[in-house]
Amino acid sequence: MSNKKKTVLYFFLVFFFMVGFTFAAVPLYDWFCRTTGFGGTPIQRDYTVESTNIPFTVRFDSNIGKELELSFLPSQRTQNLNIGQDGLAFYRVTNNSDRDIVTTSSFNVAPLELGGYFVKVECFCFVEQLVKAGETIEMPVSYYIDPEILNDSDYSKARNITLSYTMYEVEPPSD
Amino acid sequence: MNKTSEIQEHKDGFFTRWFMSTNHKDIGILYLFTAAIVGFISIAMTIYIRLELMDPGVQYFVDDNGNVNGSLYNSVVTSHGVLMMFFVVIPALFGGFGNYFLPLQIGAPDMAFPRLNNLSYWLYVAGVSLALAAFLTPGNAGTTGYGTGWVFYPPLSVTEQGAAVDFALFSLHVSGASSILGALNIITTFFNMRAPGMTLFKAPLFVWSIVVTAFLLLLSLPVLAGAITMLITDRNFATSFFDPSGGGDPLLYQHIFWFFGHPEVYIIILPAMGIVSHVISTFSRKPIFGYLPMVWAMISIGALGFVVWAHHMYTSGMTLTQQSYFMLATMVIAVPTGIKIFSWIATMWGGSIVFKTPMLFAIGFIFLFTLGGVTGIVLSQAAVDRAYHDTYYVVAHFHYVMSLGAVFGIFAGIYYWFGKMSGKQYSEFWGKVHFWTFFIGTNITFFPQHFLGRQGMPRRYIDYPEAFALWNSVSSYGAFLSFASFLLFIGIVFYTLLFGKKIEDPNYWGYADTLEWTLSNPPPVHCFDTLPTKEEWDIVRLPSDEQ
Repeated sequence: MSNKKKTVLYFFLVFFFMVGFTFAAVPLYDWFCRTTGFGGTPIQRDYTVESTNIPFTVRFDSNIGKELELSFLPSQRTQNLNIGQDGLAFYRVTNNSDRDIVTTSSFNVAPLELGGYFVKVECFCFVEQLVKAGETIEMPVSYYIDPEILNDSDYSKARNITLSYTMYEVEPPSD
Repeated sequence: MNKTSEIQEHKDGFFTRWFMSTNHKDIGILYLFTAAIVGFISIAMTIYIRLELMDPGVQYFVDDNGNVNGSLYNSVVTSHGVLMMFFVVIPALFGGFGNYFLPLQIGAPDMAFPRLNNLSYWLYVAGVSLALAAFLTPGNAGTTGYGTGWVFYPPLSVTEQGAAVDFALFSLHVSGASSILGALNIITTFFNMRAPGMTLFKAPLFVWSIVVTAFLLLLSLPVLAGAITMLITDRNFATSFFDPSGGGDPLLYQHIFWFFGHPEVYIIILPAMGIVSHVISTFSRKPIFGYLPMVWAMISIGALGFVVWAHHMYTSGMTLTQQSYFMLATMVIAVPTGIKIFSWIATMWGGSIVFKTPMLFAIGFIFLFTLGGVTGIVLSQAAVDRAYHDTYYVVAHFHYVMSLGAVFGIFAGIYYWFGKMSGKQYSEFWGKVHFWTFFIGTNITFFPQHFLGRQGMPRRYIDYPEAFALWNSVSSYGAFLSFASFLLFIGIVFYTLLFGKKIEDPNYWGYADTLEWTLSNPPPVHCFDTLPTKEEWDIVRLPSDEQ
């Protein structure tokens, strides 16, 4: 093979690498956000921590994906609790259509910078829900605010966070 | 001195020469002309925009019943951006000058893969057709075109109706393929076909600027291609890469886009820096000051361009620490850029400066690019950017570095090499008239936009309150003067091509240290059949009476 062809082939590999890198960015970004809380992504942990006596307010928000005949609302607008204390909140979904819908939710907190301090222990958004036609179900989320927030250089004084869900339909399992 | 002194004429007919060309010089000229035509369309759009923005209220973007047609405004603004970024400046500088002068300056007979070169050009033409088709395709709200902004942010770009956005995305795909193939060709040519003895750090600065640009294209365009592929599948195949109601994240698009988008702005400016280096050196009658730092400055500008993307996204919710990193990294780019600017000034220092038209444009480039660079440093500060984000201050900033910087570079290159490419010389008087009207016109257009931005006028809006009226109207008058100046430029080009004086001296500026000045005007169809030796390229050529 001539030198020219070698050069062009080597650099053509760079092209493939960069395209691959771009598509790899989708799962990598997801992993990065879940690990660091970047972009307002709450952290998942399976343990709780000791509560402090510093009060904190969590607000709840909900959205519905395109063209879904559901009503999806938080059962409470706000919850007051202490930093580190276990919180339990509910969301209520009603299926207004005449078909069964399997849903799940994507989630986010605002301010986006505080994602790393909002810890979810258990959440309906980790799994899929079957909402039968006409049915109303209550779905729980258990969470706490990581006391580490008190050591954050920028946000140690932050005393409220908004948790938001966007509910959307997933394809029903094929079996 | 000149091994190919016998002038070979083109034997091919018009169709064969221009439509089937594999010759790097002809392809370079094709690129320049196509870019000029697209540029004219894109500049005409800005006149429509500035006409509308001249007075408060909506006067011109109205439908037949007199209702405001904001979608059309968005569509015109978007098409102006897309055409300028992808189909005018890169093809003119990288495709046009890069194709024509990189092989000449390294003493290569042609590009490494001439047929691939032909493919690059025609893919670019296909991209242009798709981009123009997108502007005319039914889109959102019953108008034609697409109003997503050139950045194509989702969710707007995913939800906007009609096929216009799809056409536009495909046009970016096609032009991206064109630029990637062009970049591979340039890189291969550079690494394999330099004249004997021309080591990497002996290659002229323009060559380096094109090669660094080629690397940036090769590394960044596949990223854009990936991002817009995801947009296309989100639009048409029900995926949800960027749609939260489906588990996606619209912010991911912004990260991917700007990972491409920031190198993109250096892709635009680096070749202009290369041209300016040669022009400054020629008209100061001195070799360029600090060749090696100049090369390394370009390489480091290129490398730094990949690690600063999120300074376009300060308001998207990053922690202060993350913002601080992107802020400092961005400011670091001022160092290599400063090296280049001071080297140009040091080249002029003590030189015997001749103020011919290309030199005026080159000095204009340095002045305006520096101004745009300084507002860039202002914007790089996360705290200040909170206030300036998406205001006219940003519009003024990027037009100073691109519309004034890169475009002045293009004009400098055209006047500098016009005689070389065509064999005819332009009229110095009219060249200077063009420069001064363009310099004054563009500054009147864009300088007041700094004030508008500081007053808080947001970009991309069709209307504004009375308070912004004065500087908007001044800016519009400037745009009309610039447009008149551009028409004069078109006149100069055609007059010179048809009636210009023939120019015989291969070294017509009287100072040359690169190989294209050893060739006839225009250069023979095939040159450097025998490769030039070190004695031929490693010298400075002065007019015969000075040697």
